[in-house]
Formats: sequence, C-alpha cells, structure tokens
Amino acid sequence: MKSFTQHKGLVAPLDRPNVDTDAIIPKQFLKSIKRTGFGPNAFDDWRYLDEGGPDIDNANRRVNPDFVLNQPPYDKSTILLARENFGCGSSREHAVWALDDFGFRAVIAPSFADIFFNNSFKNGLLPIVLDAKIIEQLFQRVEADRGFELSIDLEAQTVTAGDNVYDFDIDDFLKNCLINGLDDIDLTLQHADLINAYEEKRKQQMPWLC
Amino acid sequence: MSSKTLYDKLWQAHVVRTEEGGTALLYIDRHLVHEVTSPQAFEGLRMAGRKLWRPDSVVAVPDHNVPTTDRSAGITDPVAKLQVETLDNNCREFGLTEFTMSDIRQGIVHVIGPEQGATLPGMTVVCGDSHTSTHGAFGALAFGIGTSEVEHVLATQCLLQKKSKNMLVSVDGDVAEGITAKDIVLAIIGELGTAGGTGYAIEFGGDAIRALSIEGRMTVCNMAIEAGARAGMVGVDTTTVEYVKGRPYAPTGDTWDQAIAHWKELHSDTDAFFDKVIHIDAATIKPQVTWGTSPEMVVAVDELVPDPDDIADSVKADGMRKALAYMGLAAGTPVNEISLDKVFIGSCTNSRIEDLRAAAKIADGKKVADNIKLAMVVPGSGLVKQQAEKEGLDKIFIDAGFEWREPGCSMCLAMNADRLEPGERCASTSNRNFEGRQGQGGRTHLVSPAMAAAAAITGKFTNINDIQKGV
Repeated sequence: MKSFTQHKGLVAPLDRPNVDTDAIIPKQFLKSIKRTGFGPNAFDDWRYLDEGGPDIDNANRRVNPDFVLNQPPYDKSTILLARENFGCGSSREHAVWALDDFGFRAVIAPSFADIFFNNSFKNGLLPIVLDAKIIEQLFQRVEADRGFELSIDLEAQTVTAGDNVYDFDIDDFLKNCLINGLDDIDLTLQHADLINAYEEKRKQQMPWLC
Repeated sequence: MSSKTLYDKLWQAHVVRTEEGGTALLYIDRHLVHEVTSPQAFEGLRMAGRKLWRPDSVVAVPDHNVPTTDRSAGITDPVAKLQVETLDNNCREFGLTEFTMSDIRQGIVHVIGPEQGATLPGMTVVCGDSHTSTHGAFGALAFGIGTSEVEHVLATQCLLQKKSKNMLVSVDGDVAEGITAKDIVLAIIGELGTAGGTGYAIEFGGDAIRALSIEGRMTVCNMAIEAGARAGMVGVDTTTVEYVKGRPYAPTGDTWDQAIAHWKELHSDTDAFFDKVIHIDAATIKPQVTWGTSPEMVVAVDELVPDPDDIADSVKADGMRKALAYMGLAAGTPVNEISLDKVFIGSCTNSRIEDLRAAAKIADGKKVADNIKLAMVVPGSGLVKQQAEKEGLDKIFIDAGFEWREPGCSMCLAMNADRLEPGERCASTSNRNFEGRQGQGGRTHLVSPAMAAAAAITGKFTNINDIQKGV
C-alpha cells in the first residue's frame, strides 16, 4: 500500500454534494483489466464536451472550459475539496484509482460514502472529514485565492491553512496502515492460525456453511 | 446487554479477531465475483504469489458487460470481450465455479446467488458490487466491497471492517393496492436521504416488509446502498426458509433441519437497541417516480417536480437546480405529464420473475406508445427468462412491442450496447438515476416494474391504478 505521512498542495474546489462514482469515472472505462491509466478520464462527463471511451484519444476531444479541473492552476491540484456524501454509489475502486492517477493525494469533505472511504485507504488516498462549517470556510478561501494551499499532517491529524489548524479524526488502525504503507493482506495472513481455528469451529457448528 | 439486533448477531458470529480500536477481522462465507471488479484482484494475487484461501466459497458470473442480444457470435466489443475472457481464465486457473455466458444459470450476480441457494441465512456475503446489500433479504450480512477488498477475501477469506451502527426502518401497516417493494424503498430513500444510512446497517421491518415476498425484500435491501447503508437486511421467517428450500446450494437432510433451527434465531431480539429508528406509515406510500439525479430526489406520481426555491439549505437547493438542468425539467411540472423516450425493465433491483409478472400484467393486450423508441425487458438470469417463457410472459411483452432480451445488467449502467443517447428520457426499474448512468446525457427516472410498463403503454408516467381501472 502507498503510504501517506504529510502533504502540502493546491486545493481544487468541487462544489456540489453527492458526487457519485459514476461521475468520478464513467462506466465505459471500467472495462479495463488494469489499475492504472484512469486519470485522464477522471470526471470524464464533466471534463470533456464530447463522449469518451477506452479506445478514444483524449487529445482529440473538446475540453469543457467551465469544469474546475480544466482551469489552471487546478489541473495541477493535489487536494480535492468536496461537499457531503462524496463517492456515493457503486463500489468501483476505479474511482479512487482515477483520483490517484489524476494526482490527488487527499479529498476533504463533510462526509464520504462508506465503500469509497474504505477503498481510498487501500490506495494511499487520504479521505479527511471536516465539519461542514469548516468546509464552507475553506470553499470561501479557495474562491478568494486560486493558489490556496493546505498542509496535511496525518501523524498529527491536522489540516493547516495559514494560521488556522483543523483537527480531524481517523481510525488508529487505518492511520497506522497508511503511515507505514502496510499491506493488509500480509497483516491478515499473520493470523492464519486464527482463521483456520474459526473454520474448524464452524465445521462443527454449522456444517452447511463449510 | 444480552439483547441483540440481527446485525449484532451476524457480526458477532463472524468476528475472527478484533484489533485495537475496534477494527475486526470478519470471516466471509460467500464471495460472489463478476468480471468488472475482479481482474485486478486476481492479478494482485498472481503478482504476490498468493493462493486462494477457499475456492469453494466463490461463485463467479459475467453480467455487467454481456450482450443482451443474440450471443451466438460472442461479444463484439473487444475491450468487453477481453474482460469477460479474463474472468473465464481466472476461474479456470484458480479452480472456481463460474456460470459462463452460455450457461442457463448465467445472470445478474445478485439474482443468481439467491436463485442457486448460494446465498443462505446467517452468511456473510460480499461481492465487488455495491448492490450486494440485496442478499441481506435472507437474514445475511451482505455488503459491497472494492477490488482491493476482493483480493483480500480471495487471499484470506476475511475482511478488515469496523462495525456500523444499527438502524431500524419499520414500514408499519399495509400498503395500498398496487404498491410494490420498489415504491416502498424509494419512499424510504426519499425520507432518509441518499446519505441518511451512511455508517449504519439498516434492518427493514414492520408489517409491510414482513408481507413482502423474498423477491420484494431483495428489491428493498438492494437499494439500502442508495440510502448510504452498505448493508440492508430483513430477519428470517418462514418466507425465507420456504424460498431457500430445495435450491441447488441449500443444505439437505439432517443438515437442513440443523440449519433451520439455527436460522430461526436470525432476527432482532424484541428489546434490542437501535441507534436510529425510522417509522414509515405504509398506507401513505404512493407509486414513486424519481425526478432528479439522486435516488433521494423522488416524489409520488401524482405530485409536482419540486422547486429548489422552497429549500432553505443552499447546498441542497443548488444540487436540485443542477439536477433539474441535467434532467431538462422545470420545477412545478406535474410528474404525470413527463413524456418518455425509452423504458427499461431489468437490473438487480427488478428483474426477477415477480417483477416480470407485474410488468406483464400491465402490458397484457396493450401496445407500447408511439413516442417510445425502445421498451426492453431484460430478465435477471437465464432461469428467470426460462420461467417467464414457460408462463408466456415473453409473448405478452413482444406482442405489446417490447424487446425481450438475454440476461445481464444491461441498461442499468450501460456498459454494454444498451444505453440512452444524450437527452433521452427513460423510465427505468434500475437503482441509480445519476448523471450519465444509463449513457452520457441520458435522463433516468426510477420506478417499479408495473410503473415502467404503464409508462411504456401511455408514453408518460401514469399511475398504475388508473391503468388497471382502464382510465
């Protein structure tokens, strides 16, 4: 797993609630059997004016000038500021792969959909939950300053904007995995004996499940 | 505290170990696999040189990418073809059960699992698909996972999870004539909001849920994720046990007796604690139609498209304006005046035999309206299709002007050739009305199968009760 400790970067504002995973990466790109290469098609329907596909060269497509990630400097942003229920909808991890491949290291929102939230941690993308009022303030600051940057410190669990320091909560286990870039399959396999014992017990108690 | 919710019981029965901070190693009984979210997981196993922990826990099927037209020539889209072949090859390499495209048992993963008895009460069921919540209808703990988690389950038979909070949604009393499971769940989402269930496992209860068939309960649990809850569930009763009995993967003989004795405990204790309880009066639920780009944007068929100016929350009002613009609708438009271009009956929400019967009952002896360019029925599995044909439902649909297709996910997410063109408006029995979901620029309205059939016949949204009365 890719690790995350600290990050300072440019913040792009995506000012709409309930951004779903179909919007983050449309279905036609899910036909890929790889984990990489989704970045150029992140938010595809909003980013381009004509339709894209896995076999269509993005260089020949018309870019939507109104979409925030097409507007410099946000095309180089690394932190996405979003509204509530970010990442709702399907379980497609391709949504996280697309954000990662675009260059995002963190998404900050008042709330996230559960599956997207879990998927993010598996890929070193840090989802940070801050109070909706703070998010609103951050949107205002981004609007006032197109070069607005934030510093994120996972160890300290803080997001810093100039003199303002905001604390965020995170599960200790997930935090530890992310800071150390731990492979959680390896972690689980360290408990193989416990899994075996669980299966043995089940065979006795619920043979129809084994 | 000895009283437990159904979710508490299912959770506790599957904990292998608990980490500090409460993250648990949860044992997974059934792993359903499809072609879209699995190739990277199998590749990960190969790259790490890992084996599958328990190949017999896996049932695999291609469904998202498969064509719903004649399959004798295979898949024409080379990218989709490669993905389905990759699933076939992975299943062969790792020794997994797969219902391939030519198998009569092939179909949508959330239809075939229960149909085969591969989903049993008391199980943990996962799949790299958010609509895995469907299987909670059996008193199982079922939820969708990402591809990294698919790999984790393949390699370890476990997942690292944090326990959710408990929510009870009780639909009290009886629904009116003609109100279906789809109307119930859309009404619930309208009440809860699309994120109202985030962080919760939802148990659906109350008289109206108890009165539903297992297929109806699957429709309700299927859309728990549209309210933000990863898992939805219904306690086990005789309806559950009767459905499971005799299915290919179901236990038999003494084991069956042992199993049902255990399953009878799979309900919430009477005084169990829920963090949140929602009551909905079943009698107030009318046929539902979504008007926007989130399933929470829903009203009854006899209501008006709502006005964002009436909403105090500016973020929400702005979201509604974006939705209205995308949907090409004006606030205040009567829903039953919205004219349609296409009708889709299918998806893991509504493609089972009872759904097709309900739609066929409306379509019987009638014709699809002239303004409908395409009305299609996509059965959830080869076996559902076979049963429908045995009952003559295919003829009813074809005579009325519907297309009768091969099973798959089809236009629910439009990964195959079935899709909306930009600006086209569709009455759909699927689960998501997100922007571009059924094709870039396509406009989706979610409804029940009967409402979709009625829309096909009249060309616009029509209360099914009016159709049945011959109004």
